[in-house]
Amino acid sequence: MAITKTIRPGLIQMRVTDLKASVEFYQNVLGLDIVGQTSDGRVMLKTYDEFDHHSVVLKQAPESGFDYVAFKVVDADTLEELKAATEAFGYPVDIASDEQPGFGKRYGFKLCTGHRIELYADVELAEKIPMLKNPDPWVEMPRGMRAQRFDHLLLYGPNIAEAERYFIEVLGMFAPEICDTPDGKPFARWLTGGNKAHDIAFVEYERPNTIHHHAFYLEDWNAIGNAADLIGKHRVKRDVGPTRHAITRGQTIYFFEPSGNRIETYAGGYAAYPDNPQREWDIDEIGRGLFYYEGELFPSFLEIVT
Amino acid sequence: MKYTIKDATTGTEYICRDDESIFRAMHKSGRSIFKGGCEGGGCGICKVKILEGDYVKFKNMSRAHVSEDEEEQGIVLACCVKPLESIVLTKEI
Ligand code: FES
Ligand SMILES: [Fe+2]
Repeated sequence: MAITKTIRPGLIQMRVTDLKASVEFYQNVLGLDIVGQTSDGRVMLKTYDEFDHHSVVLKQAPESGFDYVAFKVVDADTLEELKAATEAFGYPVDIASDEQPGFGKRYGFKLCTGHRIELYADVELAEKIPMLKNPDPWVEMPRGMRAQRFDHLLLYGPNIAEAERYFIEVLGMFAPEICDTPDGKPFARWLTGGNKAHDIAFVEYERPNTIHHHAFYLEDWNAIGNAADLIGKHRVKRDVGPTRHAITRGQTIYFFEPSGNRIETYAGGYAAYPDNPQREWDIDEIGRGLFYYEGELFPSFLEIVT
Repeated sequence: MKYTIKDATTGTEYICRDDESIFRAMHKSGRSIFKGGCEGGGCGICKVKILEGDYVKFKNMSRAHVSEDEEEQGIVLACCVKPLESIVLTKEI
């Protein structure tokens, strides 16, 4: 439930070098359903537990990585208000021209970190949605890792201080946790527009427009164990986990899909409230912050991005 | 079939099946020259030059990391190629 102007990051488009293998992975290992294909061959997917038309789009490309993420805002008036506020902040705004079936008008702009961010208010319900009347937990038994929703993403890029300012001042989000460098510059920011511990996070990085991971929510710690079994069974390249974050307190496992983009499956995490005090991490404690059981940083985790 | 993969810089040798990537053979040994990696041809961490031996590319390599020119010179992502015979390679390109 949104407690600010944005409801959730509702749509992510990722570039993949092997569309067929990646779609197969999202479908059978993560457990998403294929919704359909756009006229230019991109593949739309959603989890069994999401209501909106689709939440993930995979696009064949010469390079893997991030295309854009779109935040659903509370209503059409808020969308226009946020468009004007984004322009006033200094980012030129366009109307997205690539087709996203089921979605209404999407405004987009380039953030200082190099990433394209979009905003929208309207999207149709999907054909297959969770039950509404005397509902069972699911309609068809969930597959694979049983991903429940596209949860959040971590982007790497330059000048995350400005990115944080945009998300707080314009979108009305807040940062439940932060980590600064010893000289007081932002190293990492976790930001949310609702009660989830984070909708989006940023890490300061020289190269613009890179992504560390996008994450899917799983039901609980048992589901993380099931995900780990599937990683073993399907020879998936694991990165870190199963473990727990001290930051956001979520339980987690990281791995790579067949085109090399990192994915996290995430469960738990605390409820964030905008009136709660902010939690702060010293950079020399960040290993424990990220990986609470191991208490150390993994070089692959910080350095590998797409 | 199994072949030997040798890192020219350290002299370290790895056993590699003909149906697995050079990256995976190194990774499995616990002595890889790479600190992790995506194993999907996306992150570029496993970029190497093949000095000796024939190999086959079985996965697309992200053009952000290996250009067509480089590919022609035997510069590859180790997670996207399988050996056809024993291989000598280097990370120092
Ligand atoms: S390990 Fe990422 S490109 Fe090979
Ligand atoms: Fe995450």
